[in-house]
Amino acid sequence: MNSPSPIRAAFRQAIGEAWAGGAGALLPIGFFAGAAMLVPFTIGSEASQLAAIGTGVLWVALALASLVSMERLFQADLEDGTLELWAQDETPLFLIASAKILAHWLISGLPLVVLTPVIGITLQVPAGQLVPAMLAYGLGGLAFFLWGGVAGALAASVPRGGLLIALLALPLFIPTAIFGALSVQTGLEGPNILFLSASTLFALAVAPIGASAALRLAVD
Amino acid sequence: MSSNALITATGLGAIRGERVLFSALDVSLGFNEKLVLRGPNGSGKSTLLRILAGLTRPDAGTVETAGTHHWLGHRNGIKSHETPRQHLSHWARAWGSDADPEAIASQMGLARPMDVAGRLLSAGQKRRTALGRLLLVDRPIWLLDEPFTALDSDGRAMLTRMIDDHCQSGGGVIAALHGDAPFEASRELTL
Repeated sequence: MNSPSPIRAAFRQAIGEAWAGGAGALLPIGFFAGAAMLVPFTIGSEASQLAAIGTGVLWVALALASLVSMERLFQADLEDGTLELWAQDETPLFLIASAKILAHWLISGLPLVVLTPVIGITLQVPAGQLVPAMLAYGLGGLAFFLWGGVAGALAASVPRGGLLIALLALPLFIPTAIFGALSVQTGLEGPNILFLSASTLFALAVAPIGASAALRLAVD
Repeated sequence: MSSNALITATGLGAIRGERVLFSALDVSLGFNEKLVLRGPNGSGKSTLLRILAGLTRPDAGTVETAGTHHWLGHRNGIKSHETPRQHLSHWARAWGSDADPEAIASQMGLARPMDVAGRLLSAGQKRRTALGRLLLVDRPIWLLDEPFTALDSDGRAMLTRMIDDHCQSGGGVIAALHGDAPFEASRELTL
């Protein structure tokens, strides 16, 4: 019985849960916008200065915003007993974990990418640079959510594990941040975007396995 | 040996912290059998059930099962936003069940709170919803940890009937219990 129906069901349940939390799913979006908008107030509004750091600010804000609601992603499943049921399912747990992380990214991560050009303009980044940059922010954001998912799974059994998630996940963000920033600076020309894609593919392959191993420990 | 048993576990041992909960424990469950686990709090009933369910790795011994199982632990597995209808539909989809979740919910006495979110359900209503999962797909082995907790006398009678029906149709049940078993146990194992 290797049908994809448990995976679809897990995806659907995660979407339902994200919406059921009221504005919870929108928190990362608010955090992203808020964090980026602070920069002109602290750096000063000189256009050339802002433009020079604008794309980097977006990367930092994206990385932090992707961790905002990661704490509850697996913790709720552990507390209410859903994780026990998934752990006993014939479907491998890493596929269930992938479905949950991707559902979370769809609700909380994709809107951040859509928002990057809007916030980029207020940071004086040239509009022509922003639309192609969305591809890089999209790839990078997905990797951030995947690594965040591993950290969320590791911290699932830790009460108030939000800070622990940040400590665990931020080092894993470094390759994505490096290649992501270089890709955007060079206007997606050259090999950097390929390295960024490779780092996201690596996350896609490895993070679900890591998350499921952590979840097995949590449920034991 | 394993051909005429649903579960054959041999030489099981479990250690929690510094304490040995049990060691060299053999457990078997045959068709039509109701095995009741007994023992004081902390004696390892839940741990044994979790080992048989594959949730916890035993510190010694092996478990062989012939067939799939249903699990009912202390936690009901109901999301705070899910109604009984949504919960049973979700697992029906996940498990490829043809059963009608609504009919099962009615059967479990959940017709009234069918559309009430999980966080607003009473403990007994949550337990009834979780028990409804057992009827979604036919699985020969039922592993139940204190299944009568939070149920009223009606609910206890209903679960007793469910267990009897399941065992009459060839299944087996292992239940950890406190107090008198409302059903007639085939065997008891005291930890």
